[in-house]
Amino acid sequence: MQHGKYRFIVGFLALPLGLYALFVVWPFIQSIYYSFTDWTGLSPEFKMVGFDNYSRMLDDEIFWKSLQHSLLFALLLPVVTISLALFFAFMINVGGRKRKNGPVVSGVRGSSFYKIVYFFPQVLSIAIVALLFAFAYNPDSGAINSILRGIGLDGVQPLWLGDPDLALWAVMAVLVWSTVGFFVVLFSAGMASIPAEMYEAALLDGAGRATTFFRITLPLLWDTVQSGWVYMGILALGAESFAVVQIMTTGPGGPDYSTTVMVLYVYQKAFRDGQAAYATTIGVALLVVTLAFAAVVMRLGRRERLEY
Amino acid sequence: MKTTQSPAPVPAESGAPVTKADTPAGPPPKEKKEGTVLNAFSHGILVLWAFMVVMPLLWAVMTSFKDDRSIFSSPWSLPDTLHFDNWSRAWTEANMSDYFLNTVLVVGGSLVGTLVLGSMAAYVLARFDFPGNRFIYYLFIGGMSFPIMLALVPLFYVVNNMGLLNTIHGLILVYIAYSLPFTVFFLTAFFRTLPTSVAEAAFVDGASHSRTFFQIMLPMAKPGLVSVGIFNFLGQWNQYMLPTVLNTDPDKRVLTQGLVQLAVSQGYKGDWSGLFAGLVMAMLPVLAAYIIFQRQVVQGLTAGALK
Repeated sequence: MQHGKYRFIVGFLALPLGLYALFVVWPFIQSIYYSFTDWTGLSPEFKMVGFDNYSRMLDDEIFWKSLQHSLLFALLLPVVTISLALFFAFMINVGGRKRKNGPVVSGVRGSSFYKIVYFFPQVLSIAIVALLFAFAYNPDSGAINSILRGIGLDGVQPLWLGDPDLALWAVMAVLVWSTVGFFVVLFSAGMASIPAEMYEAALLDGAGRATTFFRITLPLLWDTVQSGWVYMGILALGAESFAVVQIMTTGPGGPDYSTTVMVLYVYQKAFRDGQAAYATTIGVALLVVTLAFAAVVMRLGRRERLEY
Repeated sequence: MKTTQSPAPVPAESGAPVTKADTPAGPPPKEKKEGTVLNAFSHGILVLWAFMVVMPLLWAVMTSFKDDRSIFSSPWSLPDTLHFDNWSRAWTEANMSDYFLNTVLVVGGSLVGTLVLGSMAAYVLARFDFPGNRFIYYLFIGGMSFPIMLALVPLFYVVNNMGLLNTIHGLILVYIAYSLPFTVFFLTAFFRTLPTSVAEAAFVDGASHSRTFFQIMLPMAKPGLVSVGIFNFLGQWNQYMLPTVLNTDPDKRVLTQGLVQLAVSQGYKGDWSGLFAGLVMAMLPVLAAYIIFQRQVVQGLTAGALK
């Protein structure tokens, strides 16, 4: 297979690699370089300023706020989303095992229906989801407050996105709503590959559902949970949180920057305030946070690999 | 919880001792009772979540058929009559038809490009040994964990300098570039699983490398292409951040952008019913595509994380 091999390799790689290098790798390297300049992004001139942007960032109150919110997104969102999804996936796949003449391990009734429905939000654009919930949260005419009125809670009419204490939680709830389904399906696929004999054996030993879950399902699914965790954290730090915060909260960034996240702050500095160099500096901080997050999760989650 | 960390079953044949040591055998009758209580409880939660997923969507559909006044006065009531005019107004006056067309063009072009370029790169990386192979592979894979926003600032100027800002083909090229990491990752794994013998036979018969690829390997890779194709379709159709930054010309807006802009401007005009009609219009195609291709969507989306 040697004949013309290298010409073929080069021919096939040149275009994809070229596009990728030009639009992804090169801007990425450039942005780290720009973080040491005073480039505005508006004019082509700039000069090197060393670590000025970085020291400015450390004194920037809004940066710290956005970092705090981003960390909350990265740590809390995966915990809530993945716990919910594990519970649903377990019920759907293993939970309903008390049926006569059926297989030993099976899901509750209607499990395939749940799997399809839960996934709905995942196929919708996060921008559309954000718009939809921005209306639902509307304090006067939104669906949520009118439900509250409907069940007699007239006194409880939060401003939701307008309330600095609530806005961030309201936005995070939307991300939970839109991502749980993906993890239900992901964990279902993982659970389906756990051998039924394991469950049979546990059943014979009289294990209840909780024991089965914590002693069999979770340990055997751990790799999937972990990669799901990293994936969700990266999403929560990046694109998804950008869209929900930018679209849903007033400002955008919420009252008194109560919902600003790092990725939104990068966008605003670069494309609204004409401070491209400073924006890339915050971007570098975001990269560090992302990598640190992934490293911590991988390390905390390290266990002996289970073979089955 | 030391016990959960290493329950590796030592006597592998029996497969049972995972829990034997830890759990005392509970009496079956008590277990059954726990089962029924738990069942009602957990069924309740499952139903509740299904309800919470479906309600906002149904609410949007319902609202898109109402007039503006009843949207505000009674958000949950059924529409008095079906106001189809909301839909036609959104489609023509609010430019939803243009946004739709732009999205179809951008996603169509990017999807074809992503699949062709992605499978070419993946094929070479999966089946040929050459210096730098690993490096290029990991360079592609690394893109999956980049915070895209970091690259977006200089990317804006790269695209601008090439004269590609606010153009459909510029957006297509950028979409392709950002779709390559996952596509290459997925398809490389897929090409490795395909048998080599067929390709070798073709090569012995005198087919060139590229001919072998296009006429033999690509058709064999069809299931993988379908999965990764649907994954990319959803991702590119739903893309919001890239067009927001690279595509500020009102005439070139894609659907997600158009809707967000519409929401801003309708705030002044007050045409909420038209906006809801637009929202539902943008939701329906992907929901329909998902229901039809449900199995492939799930395969495509879960394959990456499971491998």
